[in-house]
Amino acid sequence: MLGYPAHFGQMECVRMIASPRYSEKRVGYLGAMMLLDEKQDASLLITNSIKNDLSNSNQYIQSLALCTLACMGSAEMCRDLAPEIDRLLRASNSYIKKKAALCAVHIVRKVHDLGELFTKAARSLLTEKNHGVVHGAVVLITELCERNSETLERFRKTVPDLVQIMKGLVISGYSPDHDVAGISDPFLQVRILRLLRILGRNNEAASDAMNDLLAQVATNTDSTKTVGNAVLYETVLTVLDIKSESGLRVLAVNILGRFLLNNDRNIRYIAMTSLQKIVGTDHNAVQRHRGTIVDCLKDQDASVKRRALELSLALVSASNIRSMMKELLSFLSSCPPELRSQTASGIFNAAERYAPSQRWHIDTILHVLTTAGGDVRDETVPNLIQLITNTSELHCYTVHKLYRALLSDISQQPLVQVACWCIGEYGDLLLRGECQETEPVQVHRAQQTLVFPSANSDCDPVNPLTAPLSLHNSTPDSRIRSIVSIYGSCIDVELQQRAVEYNALFKKYDHMRAAVLERMPVIEKNSQGHTNGETIKESQTVKVKPGEPQQPANQVCDLLDLLGGSEQPLQPSPALGSAAPPIPVSTPNTVGGDLLDLLGGLEPTPITPVATVTVYEKDGVTVTLGCEKQSDSGLTVTLTASNSTESDIRGFTLQAAVPKSVQLHMKAPSGDSLPARGAAKVTQMVVLNNPNKVNLKMRLRISYTSQGSAVQDTVQIDSFPGLGQ
Amino acid sequence: MRFLLLFSRQGKLRLQKWFTPLTDREKKKVIRDMMMLVLARQPRSCNFLQWRDLKIVYKRYASLYFCAGLEDKDNELLALEVLHRYVELLDKYFGNVCELDIIFNFEKAYFILDEFLMGGEILETSKLAVGVSLEEADTLQETMEEYMSKPAY
Repeated sequence: MLGYPAHFGQMECVRMIASPRYSEKRVGYLGAMMLLDEKQDASLLITNSIKNDLSNSNQYIQSLALCTLACMGSAEMCRDLAPEIDRLLRASNSYIKKKAALCAVHIVRKVHDLGELFTKAARSLLTEKNHGVVHGAVVLITELCERNSETLERFRKTVPDLVQIMKGLVISGYSPDHDVAGISDPFLQVRILRLLRILGRNNEAASDAMNDLLAQVATNTDSTKTVGNAVLYETVLTVLDIKSESGLRVLAVNILGRFLLNNDRNIRYIAMTSLQKIVGTDHNAVQRHRGTIVDCLKDQDASVKRRALELSLALVSASNIRSMMKELLSFLSSCPPELRSQTASGIFNAAERYAPSQRWHIDTILHVLTTAGGDVRDETVPNLIQLITNTSELHCYTVHKLYRALLSDISQQPLVQVACWCIGEYGDLLLRGECQETEPVQVHRAQQTLVFPSANSDCDPVNPLTAPLSLHNSTPDSRIRSIVSIYGSCIDVELQQRAVEYNALFKKYDHMRAAVLERMPVIEKNSQGHTNGETIKESQTVKVKPGEPQQPANQVCDLLDLLGGSEQPLQPSPALGSAAPPIPVSTPNTVGGDLLDLLGGLEPTPITPVATVTVYEKDGVTVTLGCEKQSDSGLTVTLTASNSTESDIRGFTLQAAVPKSVQLHMKAPSGDSLPARGAAKVTQMVVLNNPNKVNLKMRLRISYTSQGSAVQDTVQIDSFPGLGQ
Repeated sequence: MRFLLLFSRQGKLRLQKWFTPLTDREKKKVIRDMMMLVLARQPRSCNFLQWRDLKIVYKRYASLYFCAGLEDKDNELLALEVLHRYVELLDKYFGNVCELDIIFNFEKAYFILDEFLMGGEILETSKLAVGVSLEEADTLQETMEEYMSKPAY
């Protein structure tokens, strides 16, 4: 109460409610409504009091009980007292009837099945004279119709009655009792209109019956005050929702158009909300008001701006894309921060769908990145990169633009990422281009400035290092190498790792460097969220990130062995962690990852299907070997063991030995017990690397315990299937 | 209507009416959010907001903010009228109502509200009828009290 806690009052309330004095009852019921709700146990105690008070002779005591029940009645209380309420609905007193009607509404909301109980009474209440009772009846009928479609069918017959009542309200003269600024009982009018909307939806006959009335209300209602506008608003919503005739629809949209030009912000807000609802269906009608809507973008008020933005985005089409985009971009530069990301994504969607030319598209995206880079979604960067690679004729233009943008402002991360990538890829175009002022020096200086700030921020550190590397490929310059080696001792682990790896690339594998750092091929567009499991087999086009995490892991393993022998101890696992970075299965989110992909793609042989051969079969234990060639010298061997004896085998282990120059890495087996009769198998993966291409042999030692006795056996495997040796 | 709140410019809650069952914690959260949103608004801005899935309608009368949370199908402009009607009822009852009246006679403010709205819907559309029933109820209350407190002659 008044913001202070009041738990102590609950039992007092219960006591007061039971008291015979009206004043105490009044306060007690008020306390009950404030302090008790259906979750409190004390609320059960007042059920009996309410029941007694509902049959009290004094109408005010009855009304107290009804009010409290409608406010905090739980489902059980409602079920108990529903028959009482029904009785009261037919009672003589209109004061009680109207309260009982709203109490019934609450009961129906709480316990849907009880709606059946009230339908008959509701129907009869419509014929009452008292506005309060009629209002209550209309609300009750609305609630019943919304819950149950059968009831809806039955109540369709009431449409003529409702139309009659409504006509009476609209035409009637001044009645001091219900008048609000010249409109007779607007509350009742709005409720009736809402009920008519529900009844007329998807029903021709009912809609026809209402057409005249709606036209009359729409034209006769005075729209200078808020009240009149409230009624008109409800009328418009009803017209647009039922199966009205086209003339009426045009009238409704015109009313909304008039609302848009109103000075009152509330009315404009309402108009835009309603137009949003119909922009899908009556698109052309809304297009006519596009100018006004776009003007509302410049309004001071945040709510109006938001609505205008949503509506503008919905109105963008192929014909008006250029002008709309201009408006939207200027809005983006001045809009409140909470709307920025919505605007940015809306602009991207619109640009993607209706871009008149590629150049325009790229320009627009760049503009957004420069103004609101921090608020765009993550997929934007790869999408943009993909778009750029696809428009090969604009590479030169794009990279120039990006470079200039970068020179002026480095703070926007997505922009930096895209720019890095592009400069790396198309740096030669940048230098060869018409701008004489861009010398290699400046480009490299730009690279330096790029790398330093981004090392401090939590921007993706991989990019800035990869870009100079690609640049170096096209325009050899020793400075790049020195930049890269500086980072060999950087604090940031990722940067350091990369730097050292790239250094190694320079030193030991110079012959490969050119091939590795070739320009990226065109990325094929993948729809988001799809695993690219099947892309492994297609070796021609290097698709982004193979689906199985296993394959890149193996490839990296092999490649690290290639790059291995470098100064610092590169453990497989952390390198794996960074080299096969957070696996977004669908799109690349680091350019470094792409580089690795490229390295992976160097191995031209496609992955052949697995061929298996049985290498050991004795005493019911069978070991099969499956072979998969990962790369020129890498091989994955899968050993599968099964047990066909009658007893379980425990402690099953495999040990393998290979010739000296071959590297072996055994992964953990899936288990060490083989249940009887081949119920389950044990698999173990072995990764082999044969860089010297010696004749591959493997000695396998099998040991297990069966029926209490330990068994050990050795087998030599001389030929591996699928190796083509 | 889901709820109706009255709070002052300084963020003190004067009246709260909930039309749906909520836990104490949820109520506190709603109150906090409403105050934050509404008190931050510029003076001549739109009276409607969007908050979660509700439409929020608010209006400032002198030092008090009247704030109502509506469902999707409710009419916002009509809600403004409802708030205005409630203020008129308070004004008629208290005679030139001010915030102090509501602070010191909050139970009467609730009684008036209960005669005007029930279960989130409008109960009585006529100003006169509400006034009459309030008078009669007060008479009934006083009669009882007088009866009980006065010594028997």
